[in-house]
Amino acid sequence: MTKRTFNVWRGDGGAGALAAYEVEVNEGEVVLDVLHRLQATQAPDLAVRWNCKAGKCGSCSMEINGRPRLACMARMSTFAPDEAVTVTPMRTFPVIRDLVCDVSYNYQKAREIPSFTPPPDAKPGDFRMRQADVQRMQEFRKCIECFLCQNVCHVIRDHEENKESFSGPRFLMRVAELEMHPEDTADRRAIAQDEFGLGYCNITKCCTEVCPENIKITDNALIPLKERVADRKYDPLVWLGSRIGLRKGADTPLPPNTRTTTATPEQ
Amino acid sequence: MTSTLPPPERAGLARARISARTLRTDRWWVAPLLTTLGLTAFLVYGLVRALQQDHYWAADHGYLTPFYSPCIAAQCAPEAAHFGRLPFEFPWWLPYAAISLPFLLLFRFTCYYYRKAYYRSIWQAPTACAVREPHKRYTGESRFPMIGQNLHRYFFYIALVISVVNTYDAVLALFHGEQGGFGIGLGNLVLLGNVVLLWCYTLSCHSCRHVFGGRVNSFGRSPVRYWLWTQITRLNTRHMTFAWITLATLVITDLYVALVASGTVSDPRIFN
Repeated sequence: MTKRTFNVWRGDGGAGALAAYEVEVNEGEVVLDVLHRLQATQAPDLAVRWNCKAGKCGSCSMEINGRPRLACMARMSTFAPDEAVTVTPMRTFPVIRDLVCDVSYNYQKAREIPSFTPPPDAKPGDFRMRQADVQRMQEFRKCIECFLCQNVCHVIRDHEENKESFSGPRFLMRVAELEMHPEDTADRRAIAQDEFGLGYCNITKCCTEVCPENIKITDNALIPLKERVADRKYDPLVWLGSRIGLRKGADTPLPPNTRTTTATPEQ
Repeated sequence: MTSTLPPPERAGLARARISARTLRTDRWWVAPLLTTLGLTAFLVYGLVRALQQDHYWAADHGYLTPFYSPCIAAQCAPEAAHFGRLPFEFPWWLPYAAISLPFLLLFRFTCYYYRKAYYRSIWQAPTACAVREPHKRYTGESRFPMIGQNLHRYFFYIALVISVVNTYDAVLALFHGEQGGFGIGLGNLVLLGNVVLLWCYTLSCHSCRHVFGGRVNSFGRSPVRYWLWTQITRLNTRHMTFAWITLATLVITDLYVALVASGTVSDPRIFN
């Protein structure tokens, strides 16, 4: 057992500040264990969102020594023995209290994506997917919606005004997953660029770096989606086909009643 | 109809106001610094050599540096101009390979790996993950001129052709033995190694992955394209590695040809 210094964000977003604590740490513990000890011994009103303690529910997302991580997966043994540990809420989202954020931005962006659209004449039991097709999308289904990728993405982290026009890597990955589905008939490429802000992504791969499920978000979802958008919007032959009425299919619009004006930036 | 509108955001909530640019305690600035130094070194070397207009062709062994391929200026040595020469001389500021170098530069400029590299290290958007960027506004690649990054695939097509030209140069150099005919020297191995790695870089491109298979929705119905996609994906996971290795091999190859062409070193022969 050793004593460690923990600097923890206390209060709400506007008036909060870091508070220092000396707290016991035992061998094999993770940051979430130490936060629970803080609650039990020194700060009973400390707000922390958590659930599974196994890196599978995506609840305990926060920033530990400046890096977006799951508190339940951040082992104390990875810090230097005399290193203070600073724990702050995710910077991209408004703080409800202490380490708990309001992540409703993400739910709003999820609603805006046109859902899976099978062929109109498909009947239950008709789909036969090959393993190769399942595998390609299975990677994206590993997402636990911890929103660490949304948090680290500089497009909205450093520019809150972009929240309205940018859906973030998690939901662009969802669009890519649907676009790659062999039985999906919707065409979300135009709205991926125009409504979900794919063009804001400059593929700096921070989303991939922080993903606790090791999903290759940039290489396997965002870049393939950018290429598909280039097929649709920046290919001269497709453009010509659209102009003279040869292009088949139509762009799928945003679902109705899904978009509201988001809150104005506080910062 | 049930509304799908989300619940209103909680009023009055604000983000955590943390004035520090980052709370990261690791050396996050090392990678962008090394990237800047690496890219700058290559660009300076490449510019100097492209404008030197000399020591690009080792006549005894048929070595042509990739920085001068294809050599199309009227000043090019006749044997070095594998695809003919233009009828006019190039001024000092125009590289002899003016037909290929701009497209190779654009291929790398719009490459998905290099974009990450220079957006982070030079443009600082962002310098590192979870480090606040210095710009007041950000529109990324959604507007002119950066929307032009979407043209990457067209530069990839041109790079494919130029890779064939580089391969032709390397193969042609094999038939410049000391006694005439087939021969192998250290320079041949350097040229061939460079060409192989250039192919690895070009074929590992994300646009290549998309064009050859990624654009297909059903791999089950396109087994050949699935196989191609699988092989390109294996290369694609090493795209960054090939991006850096080929910068190094281009410099090494050019430097070796320049040293042999200027008579500074002699080419060790392995066969003939």
